[in-house]
Amino acid sequence: MKTHYGAYGGQYVAETLMAPLKELEAAYEAAKADPDFMREFGEILRDYVGRETPITVARRLSEHLGGATIVLKREDLNHTGAHKVNNTIGQALLARRMGKKRLIAETGAGMHGVATATVAALLGMPCEVYMGAIDVERQSPNVERMKMLGAKVHAVTEGSATLKDAMNEALRDWVTNCDDTFYVIGTVAGPAPYPEMVRDFQSVIGREARRQCLEKFGRLPDEAIACVGGGSNAMGLFAGFIDDASVKLVGVEAGGKGISTGEHAASINGGRLGVLHGAKTMLLQTGDGNIIDTYSVSAGLDYPGVGPEHCHLHDTGRAEYTVITDDEAIAAFDALCRYEGIIPALESSHALAEAIKRAPGLPKNAILLVNLSGRGDKDMENARRYKDAKKNS
Amino acid sequence: MQRRIADAFAKAKAENRGAFVAYLTMGCPTLAASEKAVDDIIAQGADIIELGVPFSDPFADGGVIRSAAYEALKQGVSLKAVLAAAKRLRAKHPETGFVIFSYYNPIFSMGPNAFAGAAADAGIDAVLCVDLPLEERGELVEALNPHGVSYVPLIAPNTPIERVKASEEGLENSFLYVITVKGTTGERKALPEDLATRLDAIRSVARLPVAAGFGISTRAQADEVCRHADGYVVGTALVKCLVEGRPPCLG
Repeated sequence: MKTHYGAYGGQYVAETLMAPLKELEAAYEAAKADPDFMREFGEILRDYVGRETPITVARRLSEHLGGATIVLKREDLNHTGAHKVNNTIGQALLARRMGKKRLIAETGAGMHGVATATVAALLGMPCEVYMGAIDVERQSPNVERMKMLGAKVHAVTEGSATLKDAMNEALRDWVTNCDDTFYVIGTVAGPAPYPEMVRDFQSVIGREARRQCLEKFGRLPDEAIACVGGGSNAMGLFAGFIDDASVKLVGVEAGGKGISTGEHAASINGGRLGVLHGAKTMLLQTGDGNIIDTYSVSAGLDYPGVGPEHCHLHDTGRAEYTVITDDEAIAAFDALCRYEGIIPALESSHALAEAIKRAPGLPKNAILLVNLSGRGDKDMENARRYKDAKKNS
Repeated sequence: MQRRIADAFAKAKAENRGAFVAYLTMGCPTLAASEKAVDDIIAQGADIIELGVPFSDPFADGGVIRSAAYEALKQGVSLKAVLAAAKRLRAKHPETGFVIFSYYNPIFSMGPNAFAGAAADAGIDAVLCVDLPLEERGELVEALNPHGVSYVPLIAPNTPIERVKASEEGLENSFLYVITVKGTTGERKALPEDLATRLDAIRSVARLPVAAGFGISTRAQADEVCRHADGYVVGTALVKCLVEGRPPCLG
């Protein structure tokens, strides 16, 4: 199994977690090769999640912009409302196969927490979710959903009280309870084998989208665009097109108030190589190697690191990584609501904003495939507050 | 070349006792207070001091050491400041073993080579990184080697015996830090029942001395552990004393 991506990745964990990681590696390799496991995974994605998700041409929005055609991969239509569930089902099935009795997870925006709580209920496993106290506040509907689904939610008040601190606390739980507990990591970060495993479980996004584009348009998209916090929806989309040299892969980082303000969450564009949460990766950090508090209007992108494979794709030039600010994301959020009748997650709105920027400069027959990774019900209050604050400033 | 860690264990053995390894988070409540505490602990008989480097994301630590790290960061204490403190302490304590105890990122951020040089200059004997297992330590160990600074491997309750042997390969003037329990740092009322058996098994294959840590907070626990180990590590109990404004000591 691959543990490094170029200079990135690895297994920078406490010694106590090395045995569980090796156990996980072996179990995942065996599961991947087991047709029964893959069949059950596929069946749950179809019958429970509602896959495949469609691709939707954003016709009015594209016409309004007067350039390329924007096409949405509708991960917002998955059960639980985001792409996260693809991965949690895979990991929870693996946990059951390994005889683990308990699921734990970290969550930022709460979508991964909800997706983990959901599959825990589906498989009848107890579930505990760690969430930064600030995120608990700004994503309270998701906290209610997790509780409703029977999960225990721990508000983490330490450090910056956001996703990175939730992940610290989940790691502490795992190192203490690794015999019977499976740590369901929500993104393509963390120690090997998580980046590869999560990418594989999410790759259904890209595989479907590639086939759907060929069916609908008779050709591949010109660009595949996705937002990148940790980067799981982007890796899932990219996985389908990685060997298609004609398809540009574009990852969109959260620019917050702008890179120059220092208040952002753009690890590749604004960070420096470091080691956190089990992997060597691009990190937002001080000169002394302490991790900086990130900022984004979108809780799901508010993470100081990024999946190691993204850093590698950036180095090799296979993918490019851009930055979208809060203002641009909010404008894209509004545009999709008004032109298409779709309320997107603020995370996905970053990817959409990048497409909106690019479309006018491209010919009509160009296709920009945007991963609409989640729906925005959870964000309506935040979007309203953000706009009110802007009006009053 | 100095062999202070090896010498400390040899001296303890000659005196028919376990070596006392003391951990302190440097900079809590202040760096000056930490330096004074190191003096005190050495006066109480500590053979080796682990100088804890505060880190923003101490994911392997229990509550006491985490709070101490956050407090130290508020004081602006960085790896550089800890190395500067180490240099002052070294001038006062020529024989005590000094270990830099850190998460890897502060070290990686300084650059393994620059760090190795600075550590040697400060009189550091060895480095222990919480999140740098055998698979990943090469980069740092190769940087430390030319400077005569050693590395301290961690051995967990679930570390297989073959891996214990691999972990000490190529290391001199060091010890095996055996973690007593699965979990984070912090005091435990009771140590695991199988600890003695495990320590015996590790010692039967180990070339380096073996010290047990995590959860040891009382003299009785230390004595119990030393029947099966060459030394013991006390961290949280000492840090707690400092946080509460008491002189550092075992319960």
